[in-house]
Amino acid sequence: MLEITPAHYMVLSSALFMIGVIGVMVRRNIIIIFMSIELMLNAVNLNLAAFSQQWQHVTGQVFAIFVIAVAAAEAAVGLGIILAFYRNKETVNIDEMNVMRW
Amino acid sequence: MGEAVIFYVLSALILGFAVLVISTRNTVHSVLFLVMNFLLVAMLYVLVGAEFLAVIQVLVYAGGIVVLYLFVVMLVNLKRPPEVHQDPRRQARLGLAVAGAVLAELVAIIVYSSASPAAPAVAAAGQTVEGGNVEQIGWLLYTDYLIPFEVASILLLVAMVGAIVLAKREL
Repeated sequence: MLEITPAHYMVLSSALFMIGVIGVMVRRNIIIIFMSIELMLNAVNLNLAAFSQQWQHVTGQVFAIFVIAVAAAEAAVGLGIILAFYRNKETVNIDEMNVMRW
Repeated sequence: MGEAVIFYVLSALILGFAVLVISTRNTVHSVLFLVMNFLLVAMLYVLVGAEFLAVIQVLVYAGGIVVLYLFVVMLVNLKRPPEVHQDPRRQARLGLAVAGAVLAELVAIIVYSSASPAAPAVAAAGQTVEGGNVEQIGWLLYTDYLIPFEVASILLLVAMVGAIVLAKREL
């Protein structure tokens, strides 16, 4: 209990990931959904850092840096799409985002 | 023992703020809880010895991405009028309290640092630290992971161009 092992970090990381998944599932505001995706990426990074400590090797941290770079790109493009969509439809509710469904 | 206490406290705060992020009605509050979440995760990175990752987390996530989110929330949430508080002096009082706290912190730092000057830093400046966290990551990034590193930079360039094209009204 008092010894912090990678298993502790995995439990925390999976809990954080599940909170992100629940956010994506239940919320209808697309900005909140993007934030939930960021939470999930954070959970993955936490896991990578914990394993990097476990194996005494920094490869996991290098991977986490790549994840952060991809998350930054995703946020920039995703928020650009949200802005463009909002200008056309005046909404951020994903239930109304069905113009490309058919 | 100390590490365990820090871990459990940080974990509880991280999960609590994560739940607040996805459960708050107000999107601006949600973004602010996300900042807290990122900062606490950065503290956890320090705990596992990933200092460079912690710095990147604060700079890129809490500094860059969250500001982007805040901009979009402010641009999009225009329909609701800003809520008017009952007490018009509330912000002034809050600002005074925060300013007082910052002043106390600065005084504490000045007193503490003048009481014990940064002698170890001066001593360590002459020799390079062998195999620090940042050095290891930099070494790995520019040798084994050079190609992925370059691809990531191209990805960021493409994302930047794409975001500009998407956000511009007409080209």
